Amino acid sequence: MSSADIYREIILDYYRNPRNYGKIENPDISERDSNPLCGDELEMHINIKDDKVADVKFTGKGCAISQASASMLTELIMGKDFEYVKKLAKEDILDNLGLQNLGPARIKCALLSFKVLKTGIYTYLVDNLKDTESADKMKEEVSGIY
Amino acid sequence: MQTSFINIEDIRNDFPILKRKVHKDKPLVYLDNAATTQKPIQVIEAISNYYLTYNSNIHRAVHELAEEATLAYETTRDKIAKFINAKNREEVVFVRGTTEAINLVAYAWGRQNINKDDIIVTTEYEHHSNIVPWQLLAKEKGAKLEYIGVDDNGELILDHLDKYLQTGKVKLVAFSQMSNVLGTITDSEEIVKRCKKYGARVLIDGAQSVPHLKVDLQKLDCDFFAFSAHKMLGPTGVGVLWARKELLQNMVPFNGGGDMIREVHKYETTWNDLPYKFEAGTPNIADVIGFAAALDYLDKIGMDKVREHEMELTKYALDKLSQMKGIVLYGPKDVTKRGGVISFNLGDIHPHDLATIIDEDGIAIRSGHHCAQVLMERLDVSATSRASFYIYNTKEEVDVFVKSLNRAKELFKL
Ligand SMILES: Cc1ncc(COP(=O)(O)O)c(C=O)c1O
Repeated sequence: MSSADIYREIILDYYRNPRNYGKIENPDISERDSNPLCGDELEMHINIKDDKVADVKFTGKGCAISQASASMLTELIMGKDFEYVKKLAKEDILDNLGLQNLGPARIKCALLSFKVLKTGIYTYLVDNLKDTESADKMKEEVSGIY
Repeated sequence: MQTSFINIEDIRNDFPILKRKVHKDKPLVYLDNAATTQKPIQVIEAISNYYLTYNSNIHRAVHELAEEATLAYETTRDKIAKFINAKNREEVVFVRGTTEAINLVAYAWGRQNINKDDIIVTTEYEHHSNIVPWQLLAKEKGAKLEYIGVDDNGELILDHLDKYLQTGKVKLVAFSQMSNVLGTITDSEEIVKRCKKYGARVLIDGAQSVPHLKVDLQKLDCDFFAFSAHKMLGPTGVGVLWARKELLQNMVPFNGGGDMIREVHKYETTWNDLPYKFEAGTPNIADVIGFAAALDYLDKIGMDKVREHEMELTKYALDKLSQMKGIVLYGPKDVTKRGGVISFNLGDIHPHDLATIIDEDGIAIRSGHHCAQVLMERLDVSATSRASFYIYNTKEEVDVFVKSLNRAKELFKL
């Protein structure tokens, strides 16, 4: 992808004015990860109520791609059914960002927040829902993200 | 295509890779030399010639190939000793690189000589390879690790060193002769002088200095010195640890095995002479031989010329860059105090985004923490972009680089 296609108005806008930026006190899901290669950092907090995402926030540091994609991901899942969020695939995320053809180095930036989300869901499935079967599937999915 | 000091056109012709295009049709502008440099054809041919015509193991066999290989390998040692003005060839130990050299010292000297409550001093602008081994050693021994700070000009605050030395507990001071992020050239002779007064040993990381400055170990008067071949036209996988003979003699071996022994009995072994005591196993023969060709190449140009060329290029680049709105440049402004490494941030463009954008124009720079996270913390940034020069870079390439930065600014609407 050319830079002009990557750094579109919308990506820059979410990078400079991130939506849902911040923390939730005592969240149901709290997960963080970093990309040691770039030093991108990301932490995501989620509250689940009535099987829906009642609230989601993120904090982080890093490149425009990683930060904008995190912010857009929070918007994508806010208020949605937990089942829907569980089933989200990485293609959905890249489609949502309009970044389907990123190279191997930068795709990690775009999917860091997605990896954090899925890892958080995994922990939630294990600790709160005791749903080991779904958790195992989720674990496999996480290791296949990149 | 000249600076006043070297004929770049001739030099560029020796580097086949500089003829390639990237992103289909963009000439490669390689500005990531602090990470690793390109290799001239002379180095590539020295390596392939070894494999094609006299490949064999060294030191043990008596056949002709082995004699040729041993001679070529050992001649490199002589060339290195001369290049850095070491007194004795047996003080030159081949290792994999700077990282291994420093770890060797931490293991083979540090564990015998650093004790509880001793102090190891390093600096805020070190590469992780000159921090982590000391952290490990300090933890193991209950010793303390202290840092010489960096001032706003990117230079070391030597008062900090004095403060630690005055405790009388400093056993080792380890620092880089040139910062791989700021380009700052350390006042190494001054540091060594101060350390001597207090009997502290000195290790110098020469990974960035040996490729770009004339290094004279007799003048430096340090105790340990480490550098890597791949940052000075040589192949990867070869580095040098130089240490004073009397220190090497008293150090325990780092690796045990073939080549490093004199006699092996069931329960006792006596060590081989220096430097072989520290070169266990079959070494990286081909690349050591390739390194000799790199040293010859630099010798032919002359390290004074290399330095002058880079100063001129760095000044040219700094003058252009400092005129850009929104740029933050790190490190000394005075090119006599720095090497050809320029770290910067441009507006709110994250270095990874910047590197992606200018890569499209064929420009290779580095972005990130440059294995210097302690320094990133000191500068209060998570990352910087870094352009670094070598003998084959031109002012025209600097112009292409600056033009590309302006394109990035436009994309980010700055
Ligand atoms: C100042 C400095 N020290 C140490 C190193 C490590 O060198 P190597 O990776 O060759 O062991 C580097 C290179 O990255 C460096 O720039």
